[in-house]
Amino acid sequence: MVVMRVRRAGASALLIECRDSEQVEAWRGELWRRREAGELRVTDIVPGATTVLLDGVEPGLARELATWPAPDPVSPDQGPLVEIATEFDGEDLPDVARMWNRSVPAAIELLVSTQFTVAFSGFAPGFAYMRGLGEKFGVPRLDAPRPRVPAGSVALAGDYCGIYPTASPGGWRLVGRTSETLFDVRHEPPARLGPGTRVRLVPA
Amino acid sequence: MITVVRAGPLTTIQDQGRPGYAHLGVPRSGALDQRALRHANTLVGNSSTAAGLETTLLGCALRFDEPARVAVAGAPADVKVDKVLTSARVIEVGAGSVLDVGRAARGVRSYVAVAGGIDIEPVLGSRSTDTLSGLGPPKLANGMALPIGSSSALFVADSPGDIVDQLTLGVWLGPRDDWFSGRELFENEYQVSPMSNRVGCRLTGAALTRGVPGELASEGVVLGAIQVPADGQPLIFLADHPTTGGYPVIGVVDDVTPLAQARPGSTVRFRELH
Repeated sequence: MVVMRVRRAGASALLIECRDSEQVEAWRGELWRRREAGELRVTDIVPGATTVLLDGVEPGLARELATWPAPDPVSPDQGPLVEIATEFDGEDLPDVARMWNRSVPAAIELLVSTQFTVAFSGFAPGFAYMRGLGEKFGVPRLDAPRPRVPAGSVALAGDYCGIYPTASPGGWRLVGRTSETLFDVRHEPPARLGPGTRVRLVPA
Repeated sequence: MITVVRAGPLTTIQDQGRPGYAHLGVPRSGALDQRALRHANTLVGNSSTAAGLETTLLGCALRFDEPARVAVAGAPADVKVDKVLTSARVIEVGAGSVLDVGRAARGVRSYVAVAGGIDIEPVLGSRSTDTLSGLGPPKLANGMALPIGSSSALFVADSPGDIVDQLTLGVWLGPRDDWFSGRELFENEYQVSPMSNRVGCRLTGAALTRGVPGELASEGVVLGAIQVPADGQPLIFLADHPTTGGYPVIGVVDDVTPLAQARPGSTVRFRELH
């Protein structure tokens, strides 16, 4: 049996520690399902890199959680699939290709053939941390962040890929851009790339 | 309709915020001093969900194009209607009159509630200005027009918190208290830094000693989380806090309301809760 660690985050929140991002996604999906089914009262279910935060819960939930069976792993073809039309003309693409020991066309090919999954959000509304590249293709952040990264910029940092929903300062390495809208408050949900969404970058 | 005559340095529309979207990176936002906004709303007969105004240190002035019932709570300040000082808890403002909320005598943020609430279009279920992400209405500017909603039923009064210069805050340790080796947090007095804002209250004082070096993988953070960056100086997250963070959270403050009114230089002590 897998012993799961649950940490307290104040009087009304719990932090579930997971082994890896796959387990995070399994727990996130399971907690979501239980909330929809009316079995779990919680204000926010917030996945992180290796944790899931339950914010706005009753005090007794920690004990109850310990009795729930570990959720089944999520299969790679689960979750909605979104294709993002991308122009691969990012300023940092040549540097990224060099770090990968590949030509620029081969680097683009790697990005196009990767199936990304949104692991968690943060930094800005609708900004999704997408995993899929794997550690082998991790790249460091820029030493000095750019004062302004345009909205729609497709960028890499660590082994995550992200797309800036709005213009902002940013230290991720730019590999491309999309003209698609990623965050719109008139939509429900407002973000196109929520946790668990599978994403493919398709050449525009 | 209200016309903004003097916006003040940072006056924003605030309500209970937009919880429920943290998984998409949307901060909760909302009034920093929820108790004070609720009190002002109660006095004018609004429900607790009505939007009011949150001022910062220097107040604001508003011209009412229609008669209105108004209450001011939170940081105490001189309140004048057409330059005449009033001490009424519930102020009846006539059409064409100007309500002036002056400089805060103590505390930081005064709350202005108007019967019917500020009735702008909500964004993701809230009318709050989020100073971190830019969601919601812009901060008040001179000349801006604010629509007033229709009044609703009366609710039971709620008492506002006291404003003090020396705060003692209850803290639940965790989730990352095991990243720290010392008890500095409970053994020292900290000062509120002038760098504090709606995102977080920055403290200066004895640096917290880390037992585990390095950065934490990004994880969800809650209101009141005491985040400790590399310099060891604690930062307490307030309403506009980011939804995830990479610095360890040593503990969580049980009630952040007093921090909404804590001026730079105020002292903060922490008491462990069990």
